[in-house]
Amino acid sequence: MSTALRNRVAIAGIGETDYSRESGRSEMMLALQAIKAALDDAGIAPSEVDGLMTWRVDNTSEAEIAANLGVKDLAWFGDINQAGNVGAALVAHASAAIVAGLANVVVIYRGMNGRSGARYGRGEVTGRRGQGGSAFTEPFGLLTPQHGLAMTARRRMHEFGTTSRQFGYVAVSEREHALRNPRATFYGKPLTIEDHQESRMIVDPFHLYDCCLETDGGGALVLVSAERARDLKQPPALIRAAAQAGYAKGRAFVDTSAAALAPRFWEHAGVAPSDVDVAQIYDHFAPFVVFALEDYGFVERGEGGPFVESGGIRWDGGMLPVNTSGGHLSEAYLQGMNQLLEGVRQIRGTSTAQVEKVNLSFVDTGIGTGALLLERAS
Amino acid sequence: MNLDSEPGRPWSVRPQFPLPVPTEDNQPFWDALLEGRLVVQECASCSGLIHPPRPMCPECGSFDKTWRQMSGRGEVYSYVVTHQAIHPAYNGHTPYATVLVRLDEGPLVTTNLTDVVHEEIEIGMPVQMIPASLTEEISIPLFRRR
Repeated sequence: MSTALRNRVAIAGIGETDYSRESGRSEMMLALQAIKAALDDAGIAPSEVDGLMTWRVDNTSEAEIAANLGVKDLAWFGDINQAGNVGAALVAHASAAIVAGLANVVVIYRGMNGRSGARYGRGEVTGRRGQGGSAFTEPFGLLTPQHGLAMTARRRMHEFGTTSRQFGYVAVSEREHALRNPRATFYGKPLTIEDHQESRMIVDPFHLYDCCLETDGGGALVLVSAERARDLKQPPALIRAAAQAGYAKGRAFVDTSAAALAPRFWEHAGVAPSDVDVAQIYDHFAPFVVFALEDYGFVERGEGGPFVESGGIRWDGGMLPVNTSGGHLSEAYLQGMNQLLEGVRQIRGTSTAQVEKVNLSFVDTGIGTGALLLERAS
Repeated sequence: MNLDSEPGRPWSVRPQFPLPVPTEDNQPFWDALLEGRLVVQECASCSGLIHPPRPMCPECGSFDKTWRQMSGRGEVYSYVVTHQAIHPAYNGHTPYATVLVRLDEGPLVTTNLTDVVHEEIEIGMPVQMIPASLTEEISIPLFRRR
């Protein structure tokens, strides 16, 4: 496994907009506001940007972003297909470009009116009217991302004995974190395990509070070489490892891609899951935090439920605090971007639920489809 | 089967649900269902079963295929119950269960059960395929308890 990327690139700037249910602005404006904030944070002029990357599902055009920023020469750009789950993969691509000398200042951005615009939760983004592979699922009522994921959740509950109540502790732990975060959608709104268990079913086994928010907002990261980052305004978050997994052959509706990604990711990182100080994990649906903990090897299969139930992911006393900003369940749903931002804050020491002495900050951006390990510069 | 909606029946015609759109790669699957048969793509080279149908065999790389008749027997592998009418097409049909059936021959098929209310569905429940005609050109594979 290549270690060519290890600590040669850093996230030098982070930026975001406010999170709301109706931004009242265009997605282009949200993206640009986040990018400008990230560049200001890093201390880099917009005209210096020479790389732009985003999610394939983002509606903005790189050329238009570049035109707004006053970019002189857009040397590296691209997007990654699939869905919301490509954040860490974009970091891997951008890092490779910087190490290869193809670009110097790469901005990764996402701007979305996920609540006031087209809504994932209503099949408005993903419904395919029975075409392609969906001919075998949509006629039977599977229309949104949560449907297929709920199938996996049910099967894993059956095989490993994990319970809905245990999933509920993911939601409750993250809400505790959101109560410390004034930017969070659910700031000031406590959630109990009873609230979770009594909340209505959306797609059984997913209760309402197992499901992520839908959010209007934007976020951005600025990546430069580790060498350059040392001279910029913020403490750099070094990229110790970044990897993606787009497809993994495994047991259907049991294994996540993390089961395939984890061995090469940890080998690349040169550390073990037990070395990680804090984690951000893609929580479109609460059960997948449990499954990610298991499939990345933080705990054994079947132990994820008891781990979260016993407080293992809480900022207050947990062995591995997870989603310390509130995550997709309680802060905002920016498709992994808000978790990338929080992973950097934990390295800088600026989280509203700051873990002490963070050296290694882990970020998963989607059921094992991409992972990132950030390291504090010595 | 009789597709008329009956009170209390777990499955009834859902006219607004998306219809399957057959392609060159899977037309024989849908053609067989019009005759009441459930077939699965079989690799003509290594005899592996492939579902849903696709152009290339992931085991041996062959593009050659035949279609093997299934027994129609299987058991519930997983299921979900949609309570919120996520899409306007589902208004009036919730809650409904969508089920993954593991066929005796191995492949996993997404379906609905015709005669089991969602509260009674269990993983491991034995089921049998029953074709349901939606239009003159499309039948879909549903399952009932056996």
